[in-house]
Amino acid sequence: MADPAAAVAVPPTWRIEAQGADRFLDLFGDWLSPALDADRAMVSKLATGLGSEGAATLRADGLGRWDSGLVVFLMQLRVALKGGFTLDEAGLPKPLQRLIHLADAALTSQAAPVQPRVEGRLTRFGQIAIDCGEEAAAVAEMLGATLLSGAAALRGRAQTRLVDLINLMRDAGAGALAIVAVVNLLVGGILAFVGAVQLRRFGAEIFVANLVGVAVVREMAAIMTAIVLAGRTGGAYAAEIAAMQGAEEIDALEALGVSIQDYLILPRVAALTAMTPLLYLYGCAFGLLGGLLVAVAVLDLSATSFIHQLTASVNANQFWIGLSKSAVFGLLVALAGCRFGLRAGRSASDVGQAATGAVVAGIVAVIAVDAVFAICANALGI
Amino acid sequence: MAEQAHDEARLRVEGLKIAFGPAVVQRDLSFSVRPGSIFAVMGESGCGKSTVLKAMIGLIQPTAGRRLVDGEDYDAAAPERRRDIGRSFGVLFQNGALWSSLTVAENVALPLQMFTSLSPEAIEALARLKLALVGLAPAGDRMPSDLSGGMRKRAGLARALALDPRILFLDEPSAGLDPITAKRMDDLILELRDGLGATIVIVSHELPSLFAICDDGVFLDAATHSAIAHGAPKDLRDQCDDPTVRAFMTRTLPTQPVEESASHGDR
Repeated sequence: MADPAAAVAVPPTWRIEAQGADRFLDLFGDWLSPALDADRAMVSKLATGLGSEGAATLRADGLGRWDSGLVVFLMQLRVALKGGFTLDEAGLPKPLQRLIHLADAALTSQAAPVQPRVEGRLTRFGQIAIDCGEEAAAVAEMLGATLLSGAAALRGRAQTRLVDLINLMRDAGAGALAIVAVVNLLVGGILAFVGAVQLRRFGAEIFVANLVGVAVVREMAAIMTAIVLAGRTGGAYAAEIAAMQGAEEIDALEALGVSIQDYLILPRVAALTAMTPLLYLYGCAFGLLGGLLVAVAVLDLSATSFIHQLTASVNANQFWIGLSKSAVFGLLVALAGCRFGLRAGRSASDVGQAATGAVVAGIVAVIAVDAVFAICANALGI
Repeated sequence: MAEQAHDEARLRVEGLKIAFGPAVVQRDLSFSVRPGSIFAVMGESGCGKSTVLKAMIGLIQPTAGRRLVDGEDYDAAAPERRRDIGRSFGVLFQNGALWSSLTVAENVALPLQMFTSLSPEAIEALARLKLALVGLAPAGDRMPSDLSGGMRKRAGLARALALDPRILFLDEPSAGLDPITAKRMDDLILELRDGLGATIVIVSHELPSLFAICDDGVFLDAATHSAIAHGAPKDLRDQCDDPTVRAFMTRTLPTQPVEESASHGDR
């Protein structure tokens, strides 16, 4: 068909010729998509030239190169002639006739396209509310099922493999050591800076230790660690499970009778719930170290007095609050990851959406639950 | 120029060697594909058929040898020229390889949007035509994940046709399809060859399809890592003396185990 070696295209032209009672439509030049697209009025011009009724025979003796643009053109021409006019296509090259025939057969059997349903704002709002309710129920169900299968696993009656659990714990725990250390060290240092500027005005520099201690142990270490894990581990869980969904791996597990709950969700939730408190303690150490470094460097406090003040201001209760919070945070992040992975579709972009959704939902959940913790702790006077 | 002599071949492979490190996939591979022919790359599973196909379309760099497209040395061409040559190829991958985040029609339209300056209307009309050619006109707005295996292959074929390719590479076009759908696929390939005037290279081990549509081919051997027979599948079935080729073409077990023939070395 088209030979790219011949560089310059001859513009497509036509001639309508009458020989006695017969009319002929001759095609000349190269009928290629770019030229046909450049002059989109050609179809209607040719249709007007032919008139609305009668018949003509197509001739292609002068036809140069052509591509599927010509097929489209002829189909459009037929539509423009509105059936009152018959075009005899027997004079066209055989391959072209075949293509037209192939396209014809498919187009005539085509069912009417489904009109997309237009929904009102109220309907959409209602749908969102229903979806939210269903999602909350699904997450609650998942949490309950995880607790149940966790209890079964403790009695050795779950299809959870220990090797999976250990690998996941290593990934979520040891794998996050560096990033958790860096983030908490910087946050501790920043808190000390902020505190130093304010406290210096009162000559109360030593209370920087109280500020850093309470803020890091009670809030920041738990939250920062959870946010890091939401981005690092929660997103990875969602992406992994979504990709498994796309490759029918989940179906294969279910067909085998393996419980997704036991095999995929429980080890992930357990690993992250167990590792987050440990990482929290580790993060605390680095947060306090960051505070200490800034206090010594900027405020000329001695390390001894900082540590002394710190031990006086931070009691064991603060650690218990932080520890219990971070266990809940780990649980939430893992649940969000698994849930978004499981409900993902099967395409490549669904994997990305699942990961994004898991990270966002994980972070929002962590902060929202932290607020609940703050209110409860306040009410209990801890 | 030396290339002029091979002008009659649309695609020519000379002394091709494909290896990943020390692992040789195929060596000393030479064949030429005539314009307008349907050329079969045959062989047992694991003999490197798909790898050879990927080398032909330029996805894999061969270790040695030359690839000539219309007499032009693909390996000696500048990167821009290679891209231009590659644009005259249409490729159907084994599982369709449709972009899963785009609808079927968008899948077909994307090559047109990327490589032509046509208006959106013209692109839509062309995409619809290509879908109609493979019988998928009503499915244009569906997502690839909603399609059956056969439909996915046809959608992949429509996408391969998007730029009116001069050479169509089809990797296992009828594998995994039911006999009726596979027969329809064969007919479609023949229709498209005649309609578009394209040259078609097929990687397949579906015997009925090979016999029905291919008029030339090469048989790759997994044991010796080289081509052991050239010719149309039908002729190979009826005339070839090689036990492996015979066994393959007649769907019988080879008289001599394949594993052993490997240790005997060169054929």
